[in-house]
Amino acid sequence: MTLALEAVTLSVGPRTLLRNVSLAVPSGEVVTVMGPSGVGKSSLLAFASGALAGGMTATGRVLIDGRDVTREPPHRRGIGILFQDDLLFPHMSVAGNLLFGLHPSLRGRTARRAAISAALAEAELPGLEHRDPATLSGGQRARVALMRVLLSRPRALLLDEPFGRLDAALRDRFRGFVLAAARARNLPTLLVTHDPEDARAAAGPVIELAPPAARV
Amino acid sequence: MIPLAPVLLLAAMLVPIGAGLAATVLPAFGWLPALGGHAPSLQPWRDLLASPGLGRAVALTIGTGLAATTASFAVALALAVAARRPAMARVVTALLAPLLATPHAAMAIGLGFLIAPSGWLARLLSPWLTGWSTPPDLATVQDPWGIALTVGLCLKEIPYLLLAILAALAQADAMAARRVAAALGYGPWRAWALVVLPRIWPQMRLPVMAVLAFSLSVVDVALILGPSAPPTLAVMVLRLFADADLARWFPACAGALLLAGIVAAGLGLLLLIERVAARIGTAASRTGRRGGTGSAADAASMCAAILLALLGAGALAVLALWSFAGAWRFPDVLPARWSAAAWQAPMLRGPLLATIGIGLAATILALLLAALCLEREQRTGTRPGRSLALLYLPLLVPQIAFLSGFQQMLVRANLDGGALALVWSHLVFVLPYVFLSLADPWRALDPRLARAAAGLGASPARVLLRITLPLMLRPLLAAGAVGFAVSAGLYLPTLFAGAGRVATLATEAVTLSSGGDRRIGAASALLQAMLPLLAYAAAILLPAWTARHRRGMALQ
Amino acid sequence: MPRRRPFYRCREPLEWDPRMTLARRTVLATAAASLAFPARAADWTSIEQAARGKPVFWNAWAGDDRTNAFIAWVGEQVRASHAIDVHHVRLRDTSEAVARVVAEKAAGRTEGGSVDLVWINGPNFLSMKEQGLLFGPVLDTLPNAALVERVTKPTVVDFTVPTEGFEIPWRMARVVFIADGARVKQPPRSMAALGAWATANPGRLAHPHPRNFLGATFLKQALVELAPDRAALASPAGENFTVMTAPLWAWYTTLRPALWRRGTNFPEGGAALRALLNDGEIDIMISFNPAEAVSAIASGTLPPTVRTFMPDGGTIGNCSFNAIAFNAANREAAMVLANFLLSPVAQARAADPEILGSPTVLALDRLPQADRARFAAARPIPALLTDAELGPALPEPHPTWMTRLTAEWERRFAA
Repeated sequence: MTLALEAVTLSVGPRTLLRNVSLAVPSGEVVTVMGPSGVGKSSLLAFASGALAGGMTATGRVLIDGRDVTREPPHRRGIGILFQDDLLFPHMSVAGNLLFGLHPSLRGRTARRAAISAALAEAELPGLEHRDPATLSGGQRARVALMRVLLSRPRALLLDEPFGRLDAALRDRFRGFVLAAARARNLPTLLVTHDPEDARAAAGPVIELAPPAARV
Repeated sequence: MIPLAPVLLLAAMLVPIGAGLAATVLPAFGWLPALGGHAPSLQPWRDLLASPGLGRAVALTIGTGLAATTASFAVALALAVAARRPAMARVVTALLAPLLATPHAAMAIGLGFLIAPSGWLARLLSPWLTGWSTPPDLATVQDPWGIALTVGLCLKEIPYLLLAILAALAQADAMAARRVAAALGYGPWRAWALVVLPRIWPQMRLPVMAVLAFSLSVVDVALILGPSAPPTLAVMVLRLFADADLARWFPACAGALLLAGIVAAGLGLLLLIERVAARIGTAASRTGRRGGTGSAADAASMCAAILLALLGAGALAVLALWSFAGAWRFPDVLPARWSAAAWQAPMLRGPLLATIGIGLAATILALLLAALCLEREQRTGTRPGRSLALLYLPLLVPQIAFLSGFQQMLVRANLDGGALALVWSHLVFVLPYVFLSLADPWRALDPRLARAAAGLGASPARVLLRITLPLMLRPLLAAGAVGFAVSAGLYLPTLFAGAGRVATLATEAVTLSSGGDRRIGAASALLQAMLPLLAYAAAILLPAWTARHRRGMALQ
Repeated sequence: MPRRRPFYRCREPLEWDPRMTLARRTVLATAAASLAFPARAADWTSIEQAARGKPVFWNAWAGDDRTNAFIAWVGEQVRASHAIDVHHVRLRDTSEAVARVVAEKAAGRTEGGSVDLVWINGPNFLSMKEQGLLFGPVLDTLPNAALVERVTKPTVVDFTVPTEGFEIPWRMARVVFIADGARVKQPPRSMAALGAWATANPGRLAHPHPRNFLGATFLKQALVELAPDRAALASPAGENFTVMTAPLWAWYTTLRPALWRRGTNFPEGGAALRALLNDGEIDIMISFNPAEAVSAIASGTLPPTVRTFMPDGGTIGNCSFNAIAFNAANREAAMVLANFLLSPVAQARAADPEILGSPTVLALDRLPQADRARFAAARPIPALLTDAELGPALPEPHPTWMTRLTAEWERRFAA
């Protein structure tokens, strides 16, 4: 499994945000993209996942395992994404959230329930299936969100500053958990952050995006 | 379907208004071949000007419209200032919310039963206090100056404007500005005038404009509480449209156009006042003068709130009494005999079902169109620009100026009196309210929820059905309740589009108010008032029940 | 199932009179002969067949609850007999239906129109007839039309305008006044005396707005009593309008300040007027139904102390008609409905003072004994005038008088 971006240029109206960015993420590796706010880090992830905001234009290609998915709608790309907020669906239970994520190829009520229980056990949250997500702690919610993405069997993982909201102690633990889980599944992972600590922990290539003015 | 949604939504509203206006303008200048008008002429205007009482009708229209709007806005503002503590605001809102939910016609009928010379107030005070054994010959309703009409309008518009002010306050966080002003030594009233009002006015402009346009062109309340000789211009035009002499159709169209002109002038005047007031306010704020504690104004405002709530509650109570009255003669405080006959009258069943059916259909369609438009916004990440202002058109153009033309269009298409015609004509008025209520919560929905779901492999349709709609349940039901309440209150659209074949509770209540069994009239008005209340109750209770195990939903 | 009312008037069967029977038989034979005319009979049968299972939209003024109830009863009857669905289109004013037909004509809808049958009178009729908005002539297609009394009752002229078969009569109306006997001991016996009474009792008399037919009738009753040349009222109003109405306006100018609300506001119609009388806001009201007091007492909408009275010089009477719009979608069903309204069963029910109290349009002497018995003299009811007390009706003036009276009144008093 690999994820590659080729010659990506992003513009807002006449203003060019990113010019000709290319990167490749091999299987099981984490590539970190860094840079100050407003430089277009998150927009790059949005382009990769196919959810670029209206008003932005882009050229370039997104490749998954060498296949061009640039024209595919977001839900057919198989690219999972984790945000700064857990974004658990508040109207569903924990199990509901995980079942929503769980890939449909796993059939049968019992099998699906079992997969959920296993995922919760892996996240050290055993038996929380029927909890209301609003009643969980921040760390618990973050882990449920991660398991929800992993259960959907993505072929690549995008991390949009997913550790920013957690306090220092929790951050280290969760970061380790996420990176380990991604590596264990051989997922190519693209991490966007402005925290150098994240980049060090990721232990992969780091791409620094500079503000447009500096690049001229 | 979704890419077309904005076009469909605007067409649903603009086709009736546009075509209707055209079919009013042409006859107003002499062109209506079917009635022998083949050449442009000013004869319709000459006929209109020759109509007896036109001058007084116009004066009455302008007088009551301006008075109702000014008084409503002033009292609503005063209430908002006086109820500056949140606890107080909650009390005032709770007192006035039932008034807001009650349709205009039902409230007007109840008010009439309350304050008429033979009304409940006179009965409560007679003969022990007043000495009246028969009702006094006082014009306390349908008075020639339109005072009862103005009061009836205020009773409905004050709660509407107050809630609009409270919503604007929450949005603009204008109370922080008031606290700053208070810390600088400005009393609450002066701080409001100089700091808060300018902040919330942009959000208040449209509601005030809608109230002004409505008050100038209202038909049902004017039929119930307004004078009849001469009536307001809107009622006069309605009579001309319904005249046996078919030639009266021409001056009727001219009159409808005149009313539209008066409304346009009124809206222009409002914008002018806005500028002048802004200038005065700026000058006043530069003097640095403090004061404006206004304890007396606080007390007066609270009295006004209580009086309003009492009038509203009294109006609904007297409707209930009349609907169960057997024989009830003046000056008895309560009926001498009780009877449930009015509630068993078979003539209420048809209008009740029609009101529910049309209301549900129009509301569901409006929700569908509005939701699809907003979903399109979310997906494309773009907001419609100026075209959105067209949403407000049905609230600003006088109903009578385009409904007769729309009726002609329906007749031509052989649709009048059918379900489609009725639902469509209601949709025109339901759509703006539904869209405006739904837009803010929908736009506030975190777009990353949909992105996260798409990242999990959920198709857009699945995201809409499983994520967006369930999360929007509360706003959807709230918007639906508003839409249903609007539909249940519509009188003129039913009258015109229904081809007289369809009676709703609104048309039934208004018809019976001008004559007919007062007990059945009271029952139909009360039913008309209860339907929106039920809708609001459902909109509150249903999401609370489905989300009873989801704390995160309460924060929405 | 509606409860059947006992026909208590059957207690005294009519005397057997061979000559009467003979005369009736001749008439019936004539009627039967015309009915038996093959083409006609076949026509009616095919009309009835075409009507079966259809709806009919009867546009009828809905300001009177008893009439509404009667219309509902009629609906049940023709549903049972012809499977016709009667929809009562409830009008505030008959002109609403006229305006609708106009709108349809304006839109070029020459068939499939929404107005099937319309209850109509006077100016509305004249307007529709002149504009070619009515279907007909239709009256003599109806079998029961043979039973209509056309000589001694104004059933083929509407406000002096010949109906020419475009209108089907269905009930008679008669001006009476109702007073609260507890407060009015000696009711005034002429319009002039009514004016004097009002001046002596200011604020205790009201009449509906003249735009309303009952309000216009109040003015017409005064016009008939006060006009210098009553016969001239049978012709269209012309240049003589000023002269003819001068005494009326003089009378009204004195009366107006003594009216309820000093004559600045007017109740919308008969029902609003009745509510004022019931509330004690006024003491005297005008009515177009001799039996209104009786049924209002029964339903609790008037106190039991009210009494009916009328001016000594007589009052206006007229006939209520139905007409079929030129583009009616359910023409045949409308005809069957109109024919049923002319049946002795329907007419007798309408004549019952406790139901409608509308005198019949039929010639009773042309009815079979059994049918005639349905109309047998009512028992005396205190609030009701007897037929003898009612006397013959004064004819309605030509419709132009009503139109011009209303316009002139608005010009003088509503401007």
